[in-house]
Amino acid sequence: MTYNFNFSVIWRQFDVMLWGLGLGLLLAVISLAIGTVIGLVCGYAFRTNNKTLRGLVWGYVEFIRNEPLLLLIFFVYFGLPAIGIRFFDKYESFVITLSIYAGAYLTEVFRAGLTSVPERYVEAAKAIGLKPWQTQLYVVLPLTFRIVLPSLSNNLISLFKDTSLATAIAIPELTFTARQINANTYRVMEAWLTASLLYLATCYLIAIALRQIEKRYSVIK
Amino acid sequence: MSANPAASATSESAEPARNLLVARDVHKSFGQTEVLKGIDLTVTEGEVVALIGASGSGKTTFLRCINLLEEFEQGSITVDGDPVGYTDRGGSRRRLSEGRLAAQRARIGMVFQSFNLFPHMTAAQNVMLGLVKVKGMAKAEARSLADHWLARVGLADRADHHPYQLSGGQQQRVAIARAVAMDPRLILFDEVTSALDPELVSEVLGVMKDLAKSGMTMLVVSHEMLFVRDVATHVVFLDSGRIVEEGEPHAVFKNPKSDRLRAFLGRFTDIIGDITAR
Repeated sequence: MTYNFNFSVIWRQFDVMLWGLGLGLLLAVISLAIGTVIGLVCGYAFRTNNKTLRGLVWGYVEFIRNEPLLLLIFFVYFGLPAIGIRFFDKYESFVITLSIYAGAYLTEVFRAGLTSVPERYVEAAKAIGLKPWQTQLYVVLPLTFRIVLPSLSNNLISLFKDTSLATAIAIPELTFTARQINANTYRVMEAWLTASLLYLATCYLIAIALRQIEKRYSVIK
Repeated sequence: MSANPAASATSESAEPARNLLVARDVHKSFGQTEVLKGIDLTVTEGEVVALIGASGSGKTTFLRCINLLEEFEQGSITVDGDPVGYTDRGGSRRRLSEGRLAAQRARIGMVFQSFNLFPHMTAAQNVMLGLVKVKGMAKAEARSLADHWLARVGLADRADHHPYQLSGGQQQRVAIARAVAMDPRLILFDEVTSALDPELVSEVLGVMKDLAKSGMTMLVVSHEMLFVRDVATHVVFLDSGRIVEEGEPHAVFKNPKSDRLRAFLGRFTDIIGDITAR
């Protein structure tokens, strides 16, 4: 154990790492937003009587949940252009992949969330004369979001950690920058240790912030 | 009954005792079990009709049929001349569209046993939702109407509280304000004090008494026999899906004709003494 720590090279490129961190966060938040839309639509699809639709959604969810994310990233980034679909740069390609990935997990989240809105609130909405879509928009959805908020928080943290896989297609997020510093300076421990601590601190801060939001909005006692 | 159903709807102010609710031969089953076996009931404007009976007698189910929270298979219910829920076209009975049902429900108020206030909204927002989204009222106008009705139920200072910050009795009063603010033709009360702590029952009954006095037409499922005796203009006793006895409360309570009603009332007399005594 004669490793001599020297963090000076890290400090010199710390801003690059922070930019990488910010990029990862941005990719995660965008993917969460798109995934939420996918999850909601599929969650509602699960509640229809249409067996074909439910079967399709089920197939999508099971496929995504049983494939490694890295493989999906390669599939979309390298696979699609190979068959002639070349509209996306690496950022778009990654966001598409991560959104589809998040959407599958969020489908389960919203399916459960929509089911757990107590029927009595739906009845109250009907009783004052709201149309079915109004009942969903003003009563069921706001309650569903409050119910699934903790799951959304956990998903955001998961997705943020998953952005490290974007390294594989050379997106300069935190893991990628750490690897670059590592390769250029051979400060192996320093680079990875700093990146790890940045991930840890960020995830922890997100968790704390989101818990405050959950507290604010958990109005169903 | 008029041969032309439109005739009763157009006689807005001509007749003083307008029939607001007319139920004819209403049947309803849950699977194999028939819970309503032909209910006939007429409620005229300004009446307070109490539905009493043991649990399982069908009174709540009947109430829920009136605004189509439950479907019914046979018979008809007419609210203010408008047949509720179904239309007869060429002899086949069809359910109305959800949009039509929503419009009908907007004219019928309902207060639930478990309050059912929207938990993500304040008291005022609960009252405003129907006014703004169903009646198309401007927000400011809806807010002042909500404030007016919340004050009427004694909750002027609770308008911006969420349901979880209110007691059961307060929540139920907000629910009553929410129903009344929509200016419904009649209001259905479904055992609205059954989920309340005993000391909170009277504040809710007080609000209902005021409403009755103001001329609101009310259909009340209740186990509060003293309230029924003092406030109802008409009491209806249901037993296993049928109306067994009905009439003016004092008369019905004093001289129950059926053994069923006598036995039913007996259970209350054990607790609160002679119902007919002053």
